[in-house]
Amino acid sequence: MITLNHVSKWYQTFQVLKDCSTEVAKGEVVVVCGPSGSGKSTLIKCVNGLEPFEKGTITVAGISVGDRKTNLPKLRARIGMVFQHFELFPHLTVMRNLELAQMKVLGRGKEESERRGMQLLERVGLQEQAHKYPGQLSGGQQQRVAIARALAMDPIAMLFDEPTSALDPEMINEVLDVMIALAKDGMTMMVVTHEMGFARKVAHRVVFMDKGEIVEDAPTADFFGKPRSERAQIFLSKILQH
Amino acid sequence: MNYNWNWSIFFETSPDGVHTYLTTLLLGTAWTLATALAAWCLALALGSLVGVIRTTPFPWLVRLGEAYVELFRDIPLLVQMFLWYFVLPELLPVSLGDWLKQLPDASFYTAVVALGFYTSARVAEQVRAGITSLARGQRFAALALGLTLPQAYGYVLLPMAYRIILPPLTSEFLNVIKNSAVALTIGLMELTARARAMQEMSFQVFEAFTAATIIYIIINIAVTFGMRWVEQRAAVPGLIGAAVPAATH
Amino acid sequence: MFSNFDFDVIIRSLPYLFLDGMTFTLMLTALATAIGIVVGTLLALMRLSAFAPISILAAGYVNLMRSVPLVLMIFWFYFLVPYIGQWITGAAQPIQVGAFASSLVTFTLFEAAYFCEIMRAGIQSISRGQVSAAQALGMTYPQTMGYIVLPQALRNMLPVLLTQTIILFQDTSLVYVLSITDFLGAASKVAQRDGRLVEMYLFAALVYFIISFLTSRLVRRLQIRTAIIR
Repeated sequence: MITLNHVSKWYQTFQVLKDCSTEVAKGEVVVVCGPSGSGKSTLIKCVNGLEPFEKGTITVAGISVGDRKTNLPKLRARIGMVFQHFELFPHLTVMRNLELAQMKVLGRGKEESERRGMQLLERVGLQEQAHKYPGQLSGGQQQRVAIARALAMDPIAMLFDEPTSALDPEMINEVLDVMIALAKDGMTMMVVTHEMGFARKVAHRVVFMDKGEIVEDAPTADFFGKPRSERAQIFLSKILQH
Repeated sequence: MNYNWNWSIFFETSPDGVHTYLTTLLLGTAWTLATALAAWCLALALGSLVGVIRTTPFPWLVRLGEAYVELFRDIPLLVQMFLWYFVLPELLPVSLGDWLKQLPDASFYTAVVALGFYTSARVAEQVRAGITSLARGQRFAALALGLTLPQAYGYVLLPMAYRIILPPLTSEFLNVIKNSAVALTIGLMELTARARAMQEMSFQVFEAFTAATIIYIIINIAVTFGMRWVEQRAAVPGLIGAAVPAATH
Repeated sequence: MFSNFDFDVIIRSLPYLFLDGMTFTLMLTALATAIGIVVGTLLALMRLSAFAPISILAAGYVNLMRSVPLVLMIFWFYFLVPYIGQWITGAAQPIQVGAFASSLVTFTLFEAAYFCEIMRAGIQSISRGQVSAAQALGMTYPQTMGYIVLPQALRNMLPVLLTQTIILFQDTSLVYVLSITDFLGAASKVAQRDGRLVEMYLFAALVYFIISFLTSRLVRRLQIRTAIIR
C-alpha cells in the first residue's frame, strides 16, 4: 500500500533522511520509533507530501507522491493523518470539523457528512460533544475527534505522528484504545510513537530510526525479542525503563 | 496621455525669481527635517515623562497619564494643529495672543508644538509598554539596593526599556517625518507644500510629486539604516535588545 | 476668554456639519475600511507567496505607501485617477472624478498597505500545524486559506483592525487639503464664513474625540471578550 524507496531529504545542507526504504502492506500496522531528531516525524510527513523530499520515491496505492504531476490534495484526501497537537480547527464546532473536508473536498452533501460524522463520533465515544468547540474539550477528547475527522474521509491508510506525546498520562489510554480498535478492524496504519505497549499489542512490524537512517526493520516479536542492532538495543533499554 | 512631460522643469527658476524649482524642494526638505527633529525631541521628552508616570505606583498619576494619552490620540492631528494655530491665540490674553499671531515663522513653531504633543502620546505608550515588559523583579531589585524611585528609573528601568522599544520608536520617528506634511495647512512651506506649489505654478504635476516622493523614500531609507546602526551599537550582549526591527503603524 | 462664545453658530450649523460633513466622513471611513481590508488581505497573501516576483511587488507597494505622507498621496491620486480613468476607458481626455471617488481610491489604496501588515501578522500567527492538518485532509491552498487560516487570522486581528479603522477615521480629515467637505471641512467652512474659528474648531475636536474615544473603548471590551472565548 505504502512504499518508500531510497528516500533522502535535506534541510539546506543538513541531511535529515538518509536513504530510507520500507513498506507498509494493506492491513499492516507499522510502528516507527527512535530517539528525538531521528527523522521519524519528517519521514511520515513525506508520505502524504506535507514535506517534500529530494531523492527516492514514495508510492501510495500506486500513486507516486514525489511526482510533480500528482494531484496532492486528491491523494491526501485518501490518506488520513493524525497530529501530535491534534490540530482541530478551533473556530469550528466538533461537528463542523468533521463535516468541512467531507463537503468541500469529497463533495458530500450536508446530511451525508453529518451522518458520517455522527457515526464516527460514536465510534470514538464522543457523540455528546458534537456541538462543542475544541477549546472546551480535553486533550484526549480532542485527539479522538481528530482521529474521527481523519476517518470521515474514508481513507485507505492512516498516518499517526506521535498521537499521544502531547497528552497527559491519564488520557493516553483512551486514544490508544481507539487506535487499537482501528488496527483490529484491518486499517493500514503507519504510527510514529514511543508507546511500546501499543506496538507490542497490534503492530505487525517495528521500524527503528536513528540520525535519519532506518537502522532496523523487523517483525514485532523479533524487534522486542532479539534486536540485531546495538543502537536499537540501547534505545529499547532506555525507554522500557518506564 | 495628454500630459506634457518636462523633467528639466527642476532647473528652471521658480516664481520667486531666486531659486530653481529643485532648490525650493530642497529648502522644503530642510523645513521638513527641522520640524520633524524639533517635534521629535519634544515628543521624546514629554512622552517619556508621561510613559514613566503611567508605570508609577500612584493611581492619580497613572490616570493623569491615561487622560493625556487619550486626549492626544483621539483627536486628528490636523484638528490639533488648527487648535494650536487658530484657537489658542484667541483664548489667551489679548497681548499674548497678538504676539503669537505676529510671530515670524509662526507656522513652524506651531507645527513643532502640535506634532510634538501629538507624537508624545504615542511615545508615552511605547515607553509604558517597554517598562512593563521588564520583569517586575528589576524594579524591586533596584529599590532593595536602596535606590530611590527616580534613581531606579534612571539607572535600571529606562536604559533597558529604551533598548527594547528602539524598533517601534524608529517607526514613530518615521511617522513624525511623514506627519510634518500636515503642517502645510497652516502655511509651513515644507516638502509637500513646495511640491504642491511647484505643481500649481508650473503645471508639471507628476514631476513635482515624483521628486517629493523620491525624497521621502530616501529620508525613510536613511533613517531606517541609521536606527539599525544605533540599535547595534546599543545592543546588550546576550539580550534580545537589538533584534531585527519590525516597524508597525 | 469665553465671554462671547457663540454656541448659536454651532447649533445653526449642526445639520450642515452632520448631514453633509459627517456623512462624507463616515461613508469614506466605512468603504475605505471594507475594501482596504480585502485589498490588504490580498497583498498579505502576495507578500507571503513563495513566488518571488509577486512577493517583491507586494512588498514594494506596501513599503512605498508607508514611506510617504498621506497628504502627498491625496494630491497624487487627485491628479492621477483622472488619467488612469482615461487609460482604462480609452477616452480622449482625463476623466473627471468626483471628490468622493478620488478620496475613496486614495484612502483604500493607502490604508490597504497598513491592513496588509496587520493581516500578514495575523496569518503568520496561525500555527503551521493548522495548515498541515487542512492539507492532510486534502484541502487545496484556496480552501485552506478560505476556511481555516483567514477566518482565524481575522478573528485574532479584529482589535488591531478596528484600531486601524479609528486611525483611518481621523485621517479622513486630511481631505481638507483639497477643500473637500468632510466633517472638518464643513466645520472649517462655517468657521471662515461666520468668523467663528474658536467655536467651530473646538466643537470639531470634541466630536472627533467623542467618536474615537467611545470606539476605542468598545474595541478594548471586544478584546477582553474574545480573549476569554479562545
